[in-house]
Amino acid sequence: MRLLIIRRLLALLPTLIFTSIIVFASIRMIPGDVIDLMLAQNDISTGNDRAVIEAALGLDQPIYIQYFVWVVDVLSGDLGRSLWQNTPVTEQLALTLPITFELGFLALLVALSVAIPIGIYSAMRQDSMGDYITRSFSLLMLAVPSFWLATLVMVFPSVWWRWAPPLQYTPFLEDPVANLAHMSVPAILLGLSLSAVTMRMTRTMMLEVLRQDYIRTARAKGLKENIVIVRHALRNCLIPVVTLVGLQAPLLIGGAVILEQIFVIPGMGLMLLEAVFQRDYPVVTGVFLVVGVSILLINLVVDLTYSLLDPKVRS
Amino acid sequence: MMDPLLSISNLSVNFKTERGNVQALDGVSLEVNEGETLAIVGESGSGKSVTALSVLGLLGDSGGVSGGDIEFAGESLVNASDEHRREIRGNQIAMIFQEPMSSLNPVLTIGKQVAEPIWQHRNKSWKDAICEAGKLLELVSIPDAQERLGDYPHQFSGGMRQRVMIAMALACQPKLIIADEPTTALDVTVQAQILSLLKNLTTELNSSLVIITHDLGVVARYANRVAVMYGGRIVETASAAELYRNPQHPYTVGLMNSIPTLHGKPGARLNTIIGQPPDLSNLPSGCSFHPRCPFAKPQCMQSKPKLEEIFPNHFRACFGYEG
Repeated sequence: MRLLIIRRLLALLPTLIFTSIIVFASIRMIPGDVIDLMLAQNDISTGNDRAVIEAALGLDQPIYIQYFVWVVDVLSGDLGRSLWQNTPVTEQLALTLPITFELGFLALLVALSVAIPIGIYSAMRQDSMGDYITRSFSLLMLAVPSFWLATLVMVFPSVWWRWAPPLQYTPFLEDPVANLAHMSVPAILLGLSLSAVTMRMTRTMMLEVLRQDYIRTARAKGLKENIVIVRHALRNCLIPVVTLVGLQAPLLIGGAVILEQIFVIPGMGLMLLEAVFQRDYPVVTGVFLVVGVSILLINLVVDLTYSLLDPKVRS
Repeated sequence: MMDPLLSISNLSVNFKTERGNVQALDGVSLEVNEGETLAIVGESGSGKSVTALSVLGLLGDSGGVSGGDIEFAGESLVNASDEHRREIRGNQIAMIFQEPMSSLNPVLTIGKQVAEPIWQHRNKSWKDAICEAGKLLELVSIPDAQERLGDYPHQFSGGMRQRVMIAMALACQPKLIIADEPTTALDVTVQAQILSLLKNLTTELNSSLVIITHDLGVVARYANRVAVMYGGRIVETASAAELYRNPQHPYTVGLMNSIPTLHGKPGARLNTIIGQPPDLSNLPSGCSFHPRCPFAKPQCMQSKPKLEEIFPNHFRACFGYEG
């Protein structure tokens, strides 16, 4: 098992290197570089100043040298400093990363606790009224983008009932109730949009599994129906569902970034957006590196979950 | 005479399919006495498995009993509640399925799967149930039974899995065991071992055994009595010895003639029954065997022959053939 984890971690390395090159290069290719922005803001435009700032920020070096320097720094745990605030990127990430992870985790929790029970129900009552209603609802959630729904949630309750979701961020450790009150609305929106696909997958897999011979065997033993479902069907049905959840990880993080904007959550998304506008290269690269590593780690966890669910993978 | 353990009378079963209603069983009657081994013989689609599944109440959502009754130990199963039927399943009536490769759950240990009926019906703790599962695996001659309790189905061969299925079926010492083509998916060398094991263990328990098969060799060795099915009906029943000596239905005769013998001429063509098994959604009128029957008379196309006793304890459903 440990060997498997080490092997998988090593396999992540090439992917990470490739990702970092793309991110490192692409942010520098966006028209209008950081020096232009700085000069424009301070109303200076002479060529001399430009060279001075470039040298001070280390941007006068060829891009491959910059990349090499950055990689060496990253290996020693240093993601560089913000070009604007001069604060270490790691420090900023330490503040914002847990917030985004909390949102993502809550959304995943909502998604799974909606999708799996409803998927099972839908499969067991195939073609019933309840099945049609839940299937239509899942299609609707697939079709409606969560940012649009978020805007509606912000606008209509305030017009109708003079109520708006709270937008004041409180750290979880300071006041868990206020924190969850703020996070729950975006988490539910994001979770519901993720649950649509998972629910359909659970339903399809459940229908497939319920047709298997071993389910008939379980029924022939006289087991109660809920035991047949939970013990015999669910685990077999979850194997592909877990894969799907892993594949949804980028959507989860991407969705969190957008919803952070709307609900004013000071997470990684907000940090990234500001950094892109300001062409704050180290911050952008740092955030993407963390996002990339997270997605790869989530998929590693998915692989390890397989071996928990499927004894054939274990041996 | 003692009442039979299982008595099926005039049972009809329908399935709803995309092509409409399919009548899988049409007035099937048969009895299984205590301690007896009955073989049900017939081609694919003749209704053998459906008969077994209706006894267990496992026809699924698309199938249903449309007429007749099934009595087990004196009580009607057709009218029993779902809950009561569940209590009988695995406890008093157990079933062994055809496909040992897919009939075991791939993600649960063998020990747990064998222990489940005991856990469910005998109200035992998991620990005690698993302990009994170990003894059952020893009973069906699985080597190193105790160590293998924690193994998964994919670590067993086909023959070993079918032994596991037998252990599972015997777990609650049921009065009736139905084995649906238990050896069809296995190597020929393993088939005889599995059937002998099944026969010996059921004899020890004094349980009744119903073997569903299309292999007349199996019938001759293990069955006391035989029921031959065709097109969802029983066409002939008799004791195994009587049926071999004196088959009375042209379909049975055709089956007997299809058995390859060791005395045949090398290179000679094997005997077959001409034509195809009938389509259940579009059965021929009258006796459904008449299009393939060399002795068919005009009457055979118009009305269905009833099962009649033509010799003591030897029944057949046929108008004309003189054997």
